Amino acid sequence: MNIIVFAENQDGSFKKSSFEAVSYAAQIAANHGGQVTAVSIGKIGSDKLAELANYGADAILNYSDAVFNQFTGEAYSKALAHAAKNKGANLIIISNTYSGKTVAPRVAAKLNAGMVSGVISMPETSNGFKVKRSVFSGKSFAEVAINTSIKVLSITPNSFSIVENIKPAAIENMDAGLASSDVNTQTVEIARASGKIPLTEAELVVSGGRGMKGPENWHLIETLADTLGAATACSKPVSDIHWRPHSEHVGQTGITIKPNLYIAIGISGAIQHLAGVSSSKVIVAINKDPEAPFFKAADYGIVGDALEILPKLIDAAKAFKSAS
Amino acid sequence: MKILVCISQVPDTTTRVTFTDNNTKFNTQGVQFIINPYDELALTRALEITEKLGGTVSAITVGLADTEPSIRKALAIGAHDAIRVNAEPIDAFFVAEQIAHYAKNEGFNLIFTGRESIDYNGGMVAGLLGEMLNIPSVNVITAIDIVDGTAHLERDIDGGREKLTATLPCVVSAQKELTEPRIPNMRGIMAARSKPLKVVEPNSGQANTQTTSFELPAPKGACKLIDVADAGKLIDLLHNEAKII
Repeated sequence: MNIIVFAENQDGSFKKSSFEAVSYAAQIAANHGGQVTAVSIGKIGSDKLAELANYGADAILNYSDAVFNQFTGEAYSKALAHAAKNKGANLIIISNTYSGKTVAPRVAAKLNAGMVSGVISMPETSNGFKVKRSVFSGKSFAEVAINTSIKVLSITPNSFSIVENIKPAAIENMDAGLASSDVNTQTVEIARASGKIPLTEAELVVSGGRGMKGPENWHLIETLADTLGAATACSKPVSDIHWRPHSEHVGQTGITIKPNLYIAIGISGAIQHLAGVSSSKVIVAINKDPEAPFFKAADYGIVGDALEILPKLIDAAKAFKSAS
Repeated sequence: MKILVCISQVPDTTTRVTFTDNNTKFNTQGVQFIINPYDELALTRALEITEKLGGTVSAITVGLADTEPSIRKALAIGAHDAIRVNAEPIDAFFVAEQIAHYAKNEGFNLIFTGRESIDYNGGMVAGLLGEMLNIPSVNVITAIDIVDGTAHLERDIDGGREKLTATLPCVVSAQKELTEPRIPNMRGIMAARSKPLKVVEPNSGQANTQTTSFELPAPKGACKLIDVADAGKLIDLLHNEAKII
């Protein structure tokens, strides 16, 4: 299989999810043969480009025309389709980040390829080509067969490990023949909270619900999260009453996340909330109600008042961090 | 403004998911179906735009006759007319092909989808439609206003927000915060009965993928309880036992 991987960058560095995607592709190539080509789009330094060869890329294509200075689904999908044709690729791997979600279906339509999003397994090829994805926001999993010769997979971030696999890949500068007139969207402004870990990429997440009793107590969640190096999240009721922004709401109608650790504080564990977090590797539930459904989904639990427990956890986390 | 809103019917969020036929089919028994919540936001925002600028909102769904209550509800919420493509929505590609086929000669200025359906979570239809109709697509939008024939948008990006503009026509996918969903009132429900609901047969289209089986997550082992007086011990367990921090 000849594989194209979209290596997405942000602020001059590749995202962690990009290295996961390259490692994933390299694993497929190791199992089935074929070449892995990492495709970088937009401005990035050549030292950074070379990093892609550390995770199993056999070739690196660099699209850095001015038209790619802003992210657009139109231009980025054209570059990826261009790269796929250039390399005769029959598999395109894209991480299911916000940009990935925009670009992957457009690439699939351009190449008339079958696409599966939210992939959480390596392809199974003993009988056709099948992958596993989560459905019903994590309430269950589906096995999906792709029956086209070219296939697009968008893989869930934090589902596959980054594996070092150094190769002597050459960097090739590419021109997709695009002009600025080919792009019909224009970025006006980008605002990112600096110094905060984005929830969708976080390995550790500390999340609060109504048991926090009010937004004025959120500094406890934030202090615990900062101490552990975690992102913060919240339940739907909390975002509905504007204690926290909607962008922090995890659950079936919010964001589905898959961190290594999810600490739920003062969240009862309604089925819709559990749907969004049940794929977390380890779940901790803290709730004053011993009957809270979250305890059935959790690996560790503490029954008690959130505001009483949090200072103890913060102290223990600080002691742990200063010792390690 | 001529706006198309893509509607999908999904199981209610409280549904306990189970499967039948040797885990190959979703068990619909006893399941309450609703309009996908993101599609409801899309529909409401589309109505707000036409109320301000004039125009019409059409709702389209790809589904068999059992999806009719949802598309009727879209009319009751305020859509001016509705289209049901009479076909099983096999996969995102097939659905997008049906909608693109209908939309290509209708001259829509704006097409809305939800960010994803809350059942299959594919999130692909907006991008597929954009490409099939050769127009821009902007995913996961939290704000949209049409000013002088240009869409002014805000969308979620990893770790933040982007403000951007798009030329019309374009496809956008609705995210929370876009607006508050409207609930149909009695007048709307009555009016919906006489609004046009067109049923069209599918254009020959292909499904590129096929769901072959489902599985439920493995049940969790027992939850290890830590005494509240000793809450700090959690950190030690997460490090030494779970080896996660």
